[in-house]
Amino acid sequence: MIDEELVQLLTPEGERVTHPEYESTLSGDEIFGLYRDMAIIRRLCNESTSLQRQGQLALWAPIQGQEACQIGPGRALAPMDFTFPTYREHGIAWCRGVEPKEMLRLFRAVSHGGWDPYKYRYSVPAIVLGNQVLNAVGYAMGVQRDGAEEAVMTFFGDGASSQGDVLEGFVWAASFNVPVVFLCQNNQWGISTPSSVQSKIPLYHRAHGFGFPGIRVDGNDVLAMYEVSKRALENARVGGGPTLIEAYTYRLGAHTTSDDPTRYRIDAEVEVWSHRDPIERVKSLLVHEYKMKQAKFDEVAEEADKLALQLREDVLAMDRPDPITMFDNVYADFHPLIEEGRQEMIDLGVSGGAH
Amino acid sequence: MTTKTMTMAKALNEGLRRAMEENKKVLLIGEDIGKLGGVFRITDGLQKDFGEDRVIDAPLAESAIVGTSVGLAIRGYRPVVEIQFDGFVYPAFDQIVSQVAKLHKRSDGHYKMGMVIRLPFQGGIGAIEHHSESPEGYFAATAGLRVVACSTPNDAYWMIQQSIAHDDPVIFCEPKSRYWEKGEVDLDNPPEHLFDAVVRREGTDATVMAYGSTVKTALRAADTAATEGISLEVIDLRGLSPLDIATLEKSVKKTGRMVFVQEAPLTASIGSDVIRALTERCFYSLQAPGVVVGGYHVPYPPTRIEEDYRPSVDRILDGVDRVIGFGS
Repeated sequence: MIDEELVQLLTPEGERVTHPEYESTLSGDEIFGLYRDMAIIRRLCNESTSLQRQGQLALWAPIQGQEACQIGPGRALAPMDFTFPTYREHGIAWCRGVEPKEMLRLFRAVSHGGWDPYKYRYSVPAIVLGNQVLNAVGYAMGVQRDGAEEAVMTFFGDGASSQGDVLEGFVWAASFNVPVVFLCQNNQWGISTPSSVQSKIPLYHRAHGFGFPGIRVDGNDVLAMYEVSKRALENARVGGGPTLIEAYTYRLGAHTTSDDPTRYRIDAEVEVWSHRDPIERVKSLLVHEYKMKQAKFDEVAEEADKLALQLREDVLAMDRPDPITMFDNVYADFHPLIEEGRQEMIDLGVSGGAH
Repeated sequence: MTTKTMTMAKALNEGLRRAMEENKKVLLIGEDIGKLGGVFRITDGLQKDFGEDRVIDAPLAESAIVGTSVGLAIRGYRPVVEIQFDGFVYPAFDQIVSQVAKLHKRSDGHYKMGMVIRLPFQGGIGAIEHHSESPEGYFAATAGLRVVACSTPNDAYWMIQQSIAHDDPVIFCEPKSRYWEKGEVDLDNPPEHLFDAVVRREGTDATVMAYGSTVKTALRAADTAATEGISLEVIDLRGLSPLDIATLEKSVKKTGRMVFVQEAPLTASIGSDVIRALTERCFYSLQAPGVVVGGYHVPYPPTRIEEDYRPSVDRILDGVDRVIGFGS
C-alpha cells in the first residue's frame, strides 16, 4: 500500500496479511483489549480538545490517527521497562497507567509534570524535542551497568528526527550497544513542515548507517506495531542492542490546538488517510473474524464517555496553584534565593505561605 | 592530620578517586578521560583502577555526554562529566539548561539531578581559540543549577567531593591556569561548606573579591598594595551560585570599598551581580561605588595578547585606586 518494506499484519480494510518475519500472536480478547485502549484514548483526546476550545486547557496536542502507534508499543512494554516520551504520547501514558487527569496537569498549566515517573516508569514529557532520546540512552546505559533485563523505549517524530540529540543518541546507542528502542512516529508533518524536508530517505534507513536495525511499520496497524515493538524490546532486554522503529502514520488532526493545518496541507490528503483509520480496521477484524457483536463496542463507547466526563470534572476541579509553590522542587537542597523569594511572596501577602 | 603537597590537577584526581571509592554509583564520563587520563590528566589512572564501565570514554558529542548523564542520574547513578574545555560546553547548553537544571522541578521533585559537570575554565595557558573562556555566568543565571569555582589544591580536593555528594547539579569550574600550581592538601578535614566564601587575606581599606584563577592575582595585588601602605582584604567566592553574600557583606561593611575581579566580561556577569547585591545591602557603609575589573566586551582574544585581557595586578590596583581615590 505505502511501501513494500512496510510491516503490516492488518490492512486498512481489516483483513489479515502475512509477513515473512512477523505474525500476530494475540488472541481475540487481546485484540479487543487494544481496540478498547485506542477507542478510549481517542475519546479522551477529543474531550481534551473540547476542554481547550472551552478555555479550560492552555493547549492540547491531539493524537488522532496515531492511536495504534502508541497502543501497540504501549502494550508490548513490560512493567519494568522505562519510557521517555514527548508531549504527544497520551496512548503510551494510558498504557503505563498514568491517570488521565495526571496527563492533563501540564496542559491545564498547573504543573510542569503531573505524575511520578518512577511509579509508572514513564518519564516527564520532553517539549524541547530530541532531549529525551539522549536521556533514554543514558538511562539504558544505567540498566546495562545494573545487569538488569529491562528495556528502554523513547519516542519522537519525523520532525525531531532532524535534531542533533536524536542522531547523537543513535551513535551512543550503537557504540555502547544499549537496551533502547527508538520509536519514531512519522506522522508526515512537523507542524507545517512535511517529512520530506526532514529526510531525503525513508527514516528507518538511517538506522543502518548508525549500525543497528531499522524497521518501518504500518503505524495504523496496531497488530504490527505490537509485534514489532515486542520483538525489539525483547531483543534489547537480552543484550541485542538498539532498534529504530519507524511507525509510518498520519496526524489526522492539528499539531496542537494552536495550529491551523488548512494553511499548509490539502483536504484530499487528510481524506486518504482517514480511510486508513487504526481503530476501524481492528473493529472490522473483530466483527468479521471474531464475530463480536455491536453491543461490545457500545460498551467501550459508554466506558469512554464515562471516563471523558470524569476527566472533564477532574480538570475543572484543578485550581490555580498557590503561587508559592513555584519555589518548590527547584533545588533538592536549601538555596538562599529560593528562601528569599518565598519570604518576599509571603510578605507581599500573595500567598498564605502553605507549601 | 595528614597533609600532602600536590598540584591542583593531582588534588582533583585524588578527590575523584576518593568519591569513586566511597560511592560505587559515581561514574566519570567525558572525552579522552580513560587511557589518556583526560587532556589535562585529571582522571589519570582512574579507568585502570575502576574499569571502563565507571570511567567512560565518550564519543565526541557534548550534548550526548550531558544528555546521557541525565538518564544515568534518573537511573540512580551519580555522573561526573568532564567537558574538555570551557568553549566546548555550548553544544551541551540545551541539555544543561532544559534538563539538568529543570528536571527536578519538571518531575515535581521525583527526579534528583545529582551530577557534576566539570569545566576547565578561564584562560592563561596560551591556547588557541575556544580554550580560555569563562561561561560560568550563563549557568549561574539558570535556576536549578549550582556553580562553584575552586582556587587552591585543598579546595579542589574537597570541593569536588562535596559537589559529587550534593543532590543538586553542580557546575564545577576549574581554573586551568592553576592546575599545575602546588599547595598543601589536608586529607582528613574538609574546609568550609561548599558554597562558603573564604577570606584569604584580611585587610581594612578595600575588599577585593575574586574566584578561580583571579584569586591568586588578587592576592599578588594585595602584596603590592601593602608595600604602598594600602591594606586589602581578599575574598575567594568559591560559591558562584548560590553566593555567600553574608561573608561579602560583612567585609564590605568593614572596608567601605569593593572591587570585583573576574576574567569574564562585565556585562550581566557574576561581578556585576555581586556589586548590585552588595550596593543594595551596604549602601550606607560605602565610600565609593563598586568596581569590576574583568575581561573586555570582546571574544576572548588570541592568546599572544591574552595578558592584556585578563585582569593583571596592575589593572586590579588601578581598580583599587578608583575606589580609594573616589571623590578626592
